Amino acid sequence: MVEEVEEFKNANLYKGVHAVDLEELYTSGHRTCQGCESALVMRDFVKASGPRTVVTGATGCMYVANTSYMTTPWIVPWMHTQLAAGGASAVGMAAGLKALMRKGKIPKEKINVINFSGDLGAGDEGLGGLSGAMQSPYDLLVIVYDNESAANTDIQASGLTTWGAQTTFSPTGPAKRILHERWKKNLAAMMAIGHPNVKYVATSCATFPPTDYMNKVKKALSIGGPTLIHTIDPCPKGWDYHPRYSHVLGELAVKTGIFADYEIVNGEVRYTYDLRNKKRTPVREYLEKQGRFSHFLDEDYEYVQAKVDEMWDEWELPGILPIKAGLKVKK
Amino acid sequence: MVVKQEEKSVFDREELMTGTDAVAEAVKLVDVDVFAAYPIRPYTGVMDRLARFIANGDLDAEYIVADGEHSQFEIGKHASSVGARAFVGSSGVGWLYAMESIGVTATDRLPLVALVGNRALDDPGAFGVEHNDALLVRDLGWLLCWASTAQEALDTTLIAYRVAEDPKVRMPAAVAMDGGYLTHSQHMVRVPTKEAVRDFLPTYDLGNRRMHPDNPVSIAPQVNEDWVMELRRQNYEAAKRSRKVITSAYEEYNSIFHSDYEDPFIEETNVEDADTVLVGMGSAAVVARSVANEMRREGKKVGFLKIRWYRPYPTDEIRKALSNVSNVGIIERNFAMGAPDDGAITMHDLQSALYDSKNHPRVVDFIAGLGGREISKKEVRKMFEMTADKKSPKVSWIGLRE
Repeated sequence: MVEEVEEFKNANLYKGVHAVDLEELYTSGHRTCQGCESALVMRDFVKASGPRTVVTGATGCMYVANTSYMTTPWIVPWMHTQLAAGGASAVGMAAGLKALMRKGKIPKEKINVINFSGDLGAGDEGLGGLSGAMQSPYDLLVIVYDNESAANTDIQASGLTTWGAQTTFSPTGPAKRILHERWKKNLAAMMAIGHPNVKYVATSCATFPPTDYMNKVKKALSIGGPTLIHTIDPCPKGWDYHPRYSHVLGELAVKTGIFADYEIVNGEVRYTYDLRNKKRTPVREYLEKQGRFSHFLDEDYEYVQAKVDEMWDEWELPGILPIKAGLKVKK
Repeated sequence: MVVKQEEKSVFDREELMTGTDAVAEAVKLVDVDVFAAYPIRPYTGVMDRLARFIANGDLDAEYIVADGEHSQFEIGKHASSVGARAFVGSSGVGWLYAMESIGVTATDRLPLVALVGNRALDDPGAFGVEHNDALLVRDLGWLLCWASTAQEALDTTLIAYRVAEDPKVRMPAAVAMDGGYLTHSQHMVRVPTKEAVRDFLPTYDLGNRRMHPDNPVSIAPQVNEDWVMELRRQNYEAAKRSRKVITSAYEEYNSIFHSDYEDPFIEETNVEDADTVLVGMGSAAVVARSVANEMRREGKKVGFLKIRWYRPYPTDEIRKALSNVSNVGIIERNFAMGAPDDGAITMHDLQSALYDSKNHPRVVDFIAGLGGREISKKEVRKMFEMTADKKSPKVSWIGLRE
């Protein structure tokens, strides 16, 4: 999968799964669920970034389930930050380290500054702070781990939850079959398009294609400036499926095209899994494996399929920028 | 004020400057590493001046214009967590917008220093001073003090860093000042030299809580009922310890900078042999002191007690100062809707402090100067007279339009 690209020749990309570092910097001690893909997002980013890293974790399931007092899984320094503070926490650490190094108060070296925030934190409450971080001049990476809900609060809908999904905030009932009527926020593209200074924005799935996510982390950290990676994280508890199928659902999210997998490098779009003009796996195969869509009728599957088709067939930049479909210039 | 010959070595110059300018000078003098700004009147002048320092090359720091006060304070907090000396500030509803971050900065025990340019809370909009903004953090684990003059603002900011960063304390500190009356009024200020400030303020060292790859700690993990009480107790002990640290910081400050802060926590004007004493904070002290002196000359046994440090609260100092006083009145630039006796905030703390003391003066409360309304000398005189009058009501609004 790895292409030799000029701007990443110093990023030490993994050439296949056998080249991945064996050292674990996120180890035992967490209490995440069986089949938790977000835990893999944690484990893999810090594997890719290595030990000279500082991390903040915004409030979310990867805080509450992940980091209990005296049983921390983190080998690198880690600190909690508030739900809406992911972007600002990275700016604060990066600014502090930069000032201390410039003023000779600590030795000069490259220290990776990474924040992870969930879809609720980064995509809703922390959107302003995330934008602030993307405008900043600092080398930092924000990873948005998106399991499409407030996953330790009871599974409540967020602005990134798939249309129609049952959550505790959007149960199905006789009066309202579909209560969550918001279309998934286009977070990574919104950040890329709204912040043209950002050199690297990517979406990813931690399990598919293999090593893709870890290499995207390496690319983000090597290119400099503020960067963003948005991952799709199947969640057995929130999405209601057997834990053994997390990787299957991740792969289907990409192959159906409901979650566009791409990177934007210095303004250039590179599809990781290019579904333009290609036969996409029907989105129903992805949705009907999840209990949260058990209330769907044919018309609901058709609605989601039509939206996904529009995203790939009609958008100015398929899966990213909807000018042709959503916005039109008056003639 | 004339700079005496022997003082020249510790002072760089004397300059006419506003309260916010004086704080900016102090922030420059402590060689701050990171500061984050967001505009709101009236504190914002401090950031305007710091931005000019950056533009002119007078200060080597990372300067961030944040996307809102919540991010602004989080940036300061996390800069502090990696061992960088940081500065932030706000006013009124901006301070409230940052409140979540303000809370965790205290529980994370990070010695961030913030300026609060006191401002009335919306709605309706008003630029003028009320103390409710800063007083909202009084129980969260912040050190909290009020400056009355630009000189005191500079001094207190330097002292705030010293106390906040002391390993025995490690609490954030808020330096409050009255919006308009001090943020925007100019006073002559003696500006210390960098070298003298370096002698007073050691390097910021967060020790084994510093976020750095050489010190791989996990900070603020989820604890639930297993450990929260013990952690709260550590915070509580730090707040108690801060009293002694404040005292020794002022002693050293007086000796290096030849200042005359007799008591770090309170400032007395004719209190010692007074029957009737008014208590207040912030710029009201300036006019109240003047009236107290005038009335003394008329033979009236009145005094004024200014509270400088509100957290930690100067319980012992206030008990001692008021041990022979019969009547106490409080000038309150804040409100507390539906509170006991319908009095404002600081009355309750003061009455609590006096409850276990030997002397129990009669305490009355004056709600005055809200939203920046001026507290005149005439009104202060009226408050002294009402305090002395045993028939006056428990709580009175002063300067209210009839």
